[in-house]
Amino acid sequence: MSTRLATGGRLLNKSNALSFRFNGTEMRGYEGDTLASALLANDQMLVGRSFKYHRPRGVVAAGPEEPNGLVNLGRGDRFEPNARVTTTELFEDLYAESQNHWPSLEFDVGAINKYLSRFLPAGFYYKMFIHPRPLWKHVYEPFIRHSAGLGKAPKERDGDTYEHVHAFCDVLVIGGGVAGLEAARAAALTGARVIVMEQYAHWGGRTPVDRGEIDGAPAQDWIDATLTELAGMENVTLRTRTMGAGVYDHGYVLGYERLTDHAPDLDGPRHRLWRVRARHIITATGALERPLSFAGNDIPGVMLAAAMRDYVVNWGVSVGDRTVVVTNNDDAYLTAIALKHAGLDVPAILDARVLPQDSELMAQAKALGIRVLMGHAISSVKGVKRVTGVAVCSQAGAGAVLEEIACDAVAMSGGWSPVVHLWSHCGGKLRWDTGNACFSPHPDHPPLGADGAQFVTTAGAASGMFQLDDVLNDAFAAADGVTRTLGLKLPRAVAAPKGERREEAPMAPVWLMPQGASVKLREKAWLDYQNDVKVSDVRLAAQEGFVSVEHAKRYTTLGMATDQGKLSNINGLAVLAGALNEDIPAVGTTTFRPPYHPISMGAIAGEARDAVFQPVRRTPLHDWHDANGAQWEPVGQWRRPYAYKREGESTRDAVMREVTNTRQKLGLLDASTLGKIIVKGPDAGKFLDMLYTNMMSTLKPGKCRYGLMCNDNGFLIDDGVVARIDDDTWLCHTTTGGAERIHAHMEEWLQTEWWDWQVYVANVTEQYAQIAVVGPNARKALERLGGVDVSKEALGFMEWAEGTLGGYAVRIYRISFSGELSYEIAVDASHGQALWDTLLAVGADLGAAPYGTEALHILRAEKGFIMIGDETDGTVIPQDLGLHWALSKKKDDYLGKRAQERSHMADPDRWKLVGLETVDGSTLPDGAYAVGEGKNENGQRNMIGRVTSSYHSPTLDKGIAMGLVLHGPDRMGEVLDFPGTDGKTYQAKIVDPVFYDKEGTKQDV
Amino acid sequence: MSDPVSALHHATNSEGLVSICEIGPVGMITLRGDLSAKPFQKAAIAAGGVNIPNQGRCLMELDRGIAWMSPDELLILCRYDDVAGKLGDLNGKLAKHHALAVNVSDARAVFELRGARVREVMAKLAPVDLHPEVFTPGMFRRTRLGQVAAAFWMPEEDVVRLICFRSSAQYVFDLLGVASQKGSEVDLF
Repeated sequence: MSTRLATGGRLLNKSNALSFRFNGTEMRGYEGDTLASALLANDQMLVGRSFKYHRPRGVVAAGPEEPNGLVNLGRGDRFEPNARVTTTELFEDLYAESQNHWPSLEFDVGAINKYLSRFLPAGFYYKMFIHPRPLWKHVYEPFIRHSAGLGKAPKERDGDTYEHVHAFCDVLVIGGGVAGLEAARAAALTGARVIVMEQYAHWGGRTPVDRGEIDGAPAQDWIDATLTELAGMENVTLRTRTMGAGVYDHGYVLGYERLTDHAPDLDGPRHRLWRVRARHIITATGALERPLSFAGNDIPGVMLAAAMRDYVVNWGVSVGDRTVVVTNNDDAYLTAIALKHAGLDVPAILDARVLPQDSELMAQAKALGIRVLMGHAISSVKGVKRVTGVAVCSQAGAGAVLEEIACDAVAMSGGWSPVVHLWSHCGGKLRWDTGNACFSPHPDHPPLGADGAQFVTTAGAASGMFQLDDVLNDAFAAADGVTRTLGLKLPRAVAAPKGERREEAPMAPVWLMPQGASVKLREKAWLDYQNDVKVSDVRLAAQEGFVSVEHAKRYTTLGMATDQGKLSNINGLAVLAGALNEDIPAVGTTTFRPPYHPISMGAIAGEARDAVFQPVRRTPLHDWHDANGAQWEPVGQWRRPYAYKREGESTRDAVMREVTNTRQKLGLLDASTLGKIIVKGPDAGKFLDMLYTNMMSTLKPGKCRYGLMCNDNGFLIDDGVVARIDDDTWLCHTTTGGAERIHAHMEEWLQTEWWDWQVYVANVTEQYAQIAVVGPNARKALERLGGVDVSKEALGFMEWAEGTLGGYAVRIYRISFSGELSYEIAVDASHGQALWDTLLAVGADLGAAPYGTEALHILRAEKGFIMIGDETDGTVIPQDLGLHWALSKKKDDYLGKRAQERSHMADPDRWKLVGLETVDGSTLPDGAYAVGEGKNENGQRNMIGRVTSSYHSPTLDKGIAMGLVLHGPDRMGEVLDFPGTDGKTYQAKIVDPVFYDKEGTKQDV
Repeated sequence: MSDPVSALHHATNSEGLVSICEIGPVGMITLRGDLSAKPFQKAAIAAGGVNIPNQGRCLMELDRGIAWMSPDELLILCRYDDVAGKLGDLNGKLAKHHALAVNVSDARAVFELRGARVREVMAKLAPVDLHPEVFTPGMFRRTRLGQVAAAFWMPEEDVVRLICFRSSAQYVFDLLGVASQKGSEVDLF
């Protein structure tokens, strides 16, 4: 059984005992425990079930590579699925439940799948569930979805907050083991700004566990001294609980800091995402131990050798009383020795190698009385939910059992792989290190920055260095080299500390144990614990022709689980290489992508939630609208009032009232969101003539003109009224959504194409509150304010004037988007609310009432005015909309002119704008299509038109619409069929798009 | 004419790591032209009351000054009530030159942040190196804050002045509040 030892546990604070719950059972642990070590201390070996066969799973590792120990963590608004027990620090009242089991962890119905495993090989889902087609949707998918999946989806909103921080440095060191600390120390001594990120809460990596001396003293002494030195340096930032998650182009790195995961009651954000720009990145990310592939290697109690050592040394936890060690290298002997020193029994070390003479560690183990069996292997592990023993065989054979050894734990080591993820994210290449049977960073093919220079360097075990002296020398050299490229220099006499060197016998690559394992054994030899991929699956994939490692990965799902194959990848591709008779480097690796270890969605979103999820742009009148019944409509990032609801009204009632009131009395519209762009300069007229389809240079000061803007492909992109302010100044109004876009469009042409034209533009959209005063009583209201002559004679239709209206400095544009007598008044935004209040007051007895965007739409539709975004969708040209009158024939050129002359643009079969009137007065569904005769090549009914705008007009008391129709203007009076999505077919007659006051007399009074 | 009303009516928040205050209205003039031309420089200096700042910098005195915006654009800051006069003066002096001067005072909101942690609060929201040796008083940075455009400078250590568009004032105010929430100290600088 696994238990807490009486002594040991260097990371524990035994004076602070904590209680926590796992699957409802109360358990005890200490401050400093991970959830994994605390579970093991409580003899909770079984932590979950595998994905496909629901096999019992126990903790295998002690770090982020752990594939099995995933739990649903927390409750309510603190619930999080797939929390990894090895990276979850214990805290008081922690609450966890195991995942992927039903009805209980101990008894799981899905485990029946394991008896079907012969019938669930690689690619099973692809092969079986594709036919017959309808069964996929109704039977297979719901079944798979029910049985699959790891954690549960959270049901409540996340109760925590998150944030980002932007940081900059010369050298970012990722990893706070001895290599990272030494690299940071050396880099910092050059004066470089250094940030060091360590994923754990403690520094030093695994060296304190593996022991060894630095400068003749225990490594921990050097770690402590170096930390003190670094902490005292102004140019160094040290962060624990911060993982380097991803390396991106231009030295951009994401770091994932977990601030309160270990102490949820603390104030402040839970996670912080570090967005770092580093001139150079040193990855001192260490190495991960590989499992060995033998039958039953997934039974709880089988653990990585180094992890088992970690549990003993770091947390004072023994995984078993009797542990068999199985290895292909010397490193695992450290585990046997550590277990012995902790007073635990090691009945045997099964070493797959046959060495000519005992290595140093082997001799030490033997001296401790441990039985070492060279050339031996595990044929299979005994036990179901728990290891009960191992069957021993020869590594060279096919698995014939030589003896059985009773034990309750197995420590396995298949060698070490450098953590090359961060090196690889931006294209660093790998090479095969035959001696250590691992991929390591290829120093000649590093990730290159925009300047063609290397910007990531590895240090220590991440470089493929496994001896303490090599690690320290490599780290020092990395920092020295990196800082030189940054133009910095180490002070004289600074050198790498001297690390201890251990004489080790070479490891031997073992990808399958025993090497000739039968099919029966291979089917029980797990590669990917989380996704249940076995040696037999990878071989099958190879046999079926999945020769590319990327294809084999997807076919078998090897390495596609939440651990992203940290343990399984190399073993899997070695098996694949074996099956293909290829060298491992020829098969290559799959792609390493960020993040290194899953990070929270909250950290990615950062502060962007609730009120600041998205910027909401507010006009100067926003608060008034809000207090006066505004039903908001998002228009870009703005919020505009859709309608102002009064008590007892529906939104539709309000809209109808607003339209009628504006037609009959006086409507006020907040038009502040309309874009306003100043264009000034000697060449401004020429510039605007190019930008607009019509002529703007001939506009007289004091006058306004409606204009259309096309892009260089001829499509309509914006419209609006242009006012000429003075000889070389124009003010261009754009649509609400067009302000920034058109401003950028203007700057782009000025900066790239017409850079020698003397024109300046400025976006002054937000400088003004703009209020439209609309309706038959509009003039009366403004006359009451006084100060500006707004008579027809003084301020005619399509003219503007400047003056002091009722004490407000304003510009008044006599323009109309409603067909009524209308003035748009621009006032400095800081006075907008005051002017609005004044207008409402003077207009009170004239029926002054605000109207929203829906009333605006109806008013303009009654007049047949187009709306960018309704009648246009990026594929519509002015000619489609019957706007030929706005296309200047006098100009040699304007943006879009040549495009509009192309054959498809001039095609008479292009759909054209018409009005549509339902036969029965009902309202056409917006976006409905008109159907014609026959079917197209896909068997669909032919379309001959579509509705672009559709409203109920209270003025005309019937449905009105506009649409684009094939040969529309030539088919006046024809009735078209518009099938709706409600099953009904609507019939509408083609009519003139101007429904109201075709002569335009009302706006010109 | 009514009294000018700034976007947030001088809203303040001193609950968090720094104190946040909307100050305003502030006078602002966008001035575009040939920054190297003598008449332009003279007009700008007369309007701003300070010299032309170098690229990426500003020269500020109490409630007036000039900020460098781009190779052909300056931002002149002054008292709100002085804008009309300064605009007239600029337009007069630059009448014979190709230049553009427009009032943008009402298009903006201005915030002041105070406290020992202003640098790290800003670092949470803007992709700017705020190390005390890198971003120093006298610098002026056009950047983004969260999801909107902003510009800022430090009149002195521990003080940040920040300009954003008027329509996003509430967002910026809320954003600064979130970034300075209790317990979110970074201890970066």
